[in-house]
Amino acid sequence: MAVEQTTKPPIRWHIAVFLAPAVLVYTAVMILPLFSTLQLSLFSDINNSQVFVGLGNFRTLFGDPRWAEQFWNALGNNVWFFVIHMLVQNPIGILLAAILSSPRLRMRAFYRTAIFIPTILSFVIAGFAWKLILSPLWGVAPNLLDLVGLKSLFQPWLGKEAYALTTLALISVWQFVGIPMMLIYAALLSIPDELLEAAECDGITGMAQFWKIKLPLVLPAIGIISILTFVGNFNAFDLIYSTQGALAGPDFSTDILGTFMYRTFFGFQLQLGDPNLGAAIATAMFVIILIGVSIYLFGIQRRLRRYQF
Amino acid sequence: MSTARHSPFHSAAAHAILILYTIIALFPVFVIVVNAFKSRKAIFREPLALPDAESFSLIGFETVLKQGDFLLYFQNSLIVTVVSLFLVLLFGAMAAFALSEYRFKGNTLMGLYLALGIMIPIRLGTVAILQMMVASGLVNTRTALILVYTAQGLPLAIFILSEFMRQVSDDLKNAGRIDGLSEYRIFFRLVLPLVRPAMATVAVFTMIPIWNDLWFPLILAPAEETKTITLGAQVFIGQFVTNWNAVLAALSLAILPVLVLYLIFSRQLIRGITSGAVK
Repeated sequence: MAVEQTTKPPIRWHIAVFLAPAVLVYTAVMILPLFSTLQLSLFSDINNSQVFVGLGNFRTLFGDPRWAEQFWNALGNNVWFFVIHMLVQNPIGILLAAILSSPRLRMRAFYRTAIFIPTILSFVIAGFAWKLILSPLWGVAPNLLDLVGLKSLFQPWLGKEAYALTTLALISVWQFVGIPMMLIYAALLSIPDELLEAAECDGITGMAQFWKIKLPLVLPAIGIISILTFVGNFNAFDLIYSTQGALAGPDFSTDILGTFMYRTFFGFQLQLGDPNLGAAIATAMFVIILIGVSIYLFGIQRRLRRYQF
Repeated sequence: MSTARHSPFHSAAAHAILILYTIIALFPVFVIVVNAFKSRKAIFREPLALPDAESFSLIGFETVLKQGDFLLYFQNSLIVTVVSLFLVLLFGAMAAFALSEYRFKGNTLMGLYLALGIMIPIRLGTVAILQMMVASGLVNTRTALILVYTAQGLPLAIFILSEFMRQVSDDLKNAGRIDGLSEYRIFFRLVLPLVRPAMATVAVFTMIPIWNDLWFPLILAPAEETKTITLGAQVFIGQFVTNWNAVLAALSLAILPVLVLYLIFSRQLIRGITSGAVK
């Protein structure tokens, strides 16, 4: 280097060179649009020019009964979508991980690989595959139920208002169970053997060992999974759109915030698209996700006890 | 080890649960792929039977190849995914190196700023991203998708890679410096080869959501020439809803490449997840 070492250290340009590309792309394509979306939600299109309306869009969204009803419907559905994931996906994931991590299990790699396969498929594939299977036209699902003598239970689940959302949530659970399974499996593997042997010396084995020793140790991993599920669910769109379309039928019973934002932004049928109102919905989603992440970071993560091995 | 945990009964129960769930996980994929190779009649008569000489038919695949430009869609997906992946890995590794190697003012702050994107999904900025792409004339180009996916992949890549780069020995880098290597050479020649396993993990995690994404292709690049395979399959199926052969064949065509890639990389993926994703 030509620059001589003097009392004043030279500017280390290489740091800037290393950081610049990532920071530029990230800022230009992610952070700036995010903030200008927040900003757009404060404007409205009046006679083809953007006019500042303050919280006007939010007043429409929460005050106008037509919009408010749709918003709360979408939010409620989204909450239910999340609840199903927490109640079904994570326990199944933990169960599978616990079984997979038991020593001397044969064919472990096969099970692991096979159970993770749905996770790599796109929502479009998962959605359509289940739509076909559950279709009363094709009859795969009713025939299978017939095999176990439960044919009378069959309903066109995706077409009934009462069941459609739960069915879609379960399809999504089917698809993503691999992620909690893998992360908890990894956490369980990292528990040192000495700890488990010590537990066995004290007579804690089998189920008791799982509940008293292993589960508390993997709680941080369960916390991470919960927050990942939360962010993923409140940002979901693809599965609903590809199975039920932008109208999230039947009669909006499967409408979640993602599809609601898409419809508002681009318009559908007779309603024109409104980017500003779409931005307002995106802002509401932003606030919801931010609240969830903050609760996790400041409320839950700090209370979780971490053990150093 | 105690005998209680490994009794034959326990082991059988464990296998029963795992086999049951494996069937649940694979059944839909099985039904779709098997029926794609059958004639229309056979699809409805015996949906669960394997295709035999009588029911075997490729009519669905013929329709798909004639009607949809799946080769083009596949090519688009491939270009978008590979280029974004390359940029995420290169830029991500460079930034991770700067954050983990050097002490400078604002290091922690920069790390937090770049980590923001892990929790806040980029989709929330869609309205403004679309306006930006319209203003710069990038709508309906693969460049638009590549830019968005690069930004989307960077935060997690930087986060994971900087964790790994902290583990590279300082002595090695200092030895390089004494030998007169520039900081750039130290990064490209010494550090990058050492974090290759971590790069592979990040590659798989970055690749899957890009390949499977429907939202951004739908909004930023819905034109025929720039459709990705995920969007192409979605549109095709929407048009051919009643043509079961074609729909099943289109689904199979979308499943198979991902499945093959997964089976090749699954070992890497699983090793990656189990080696340090959970801290």
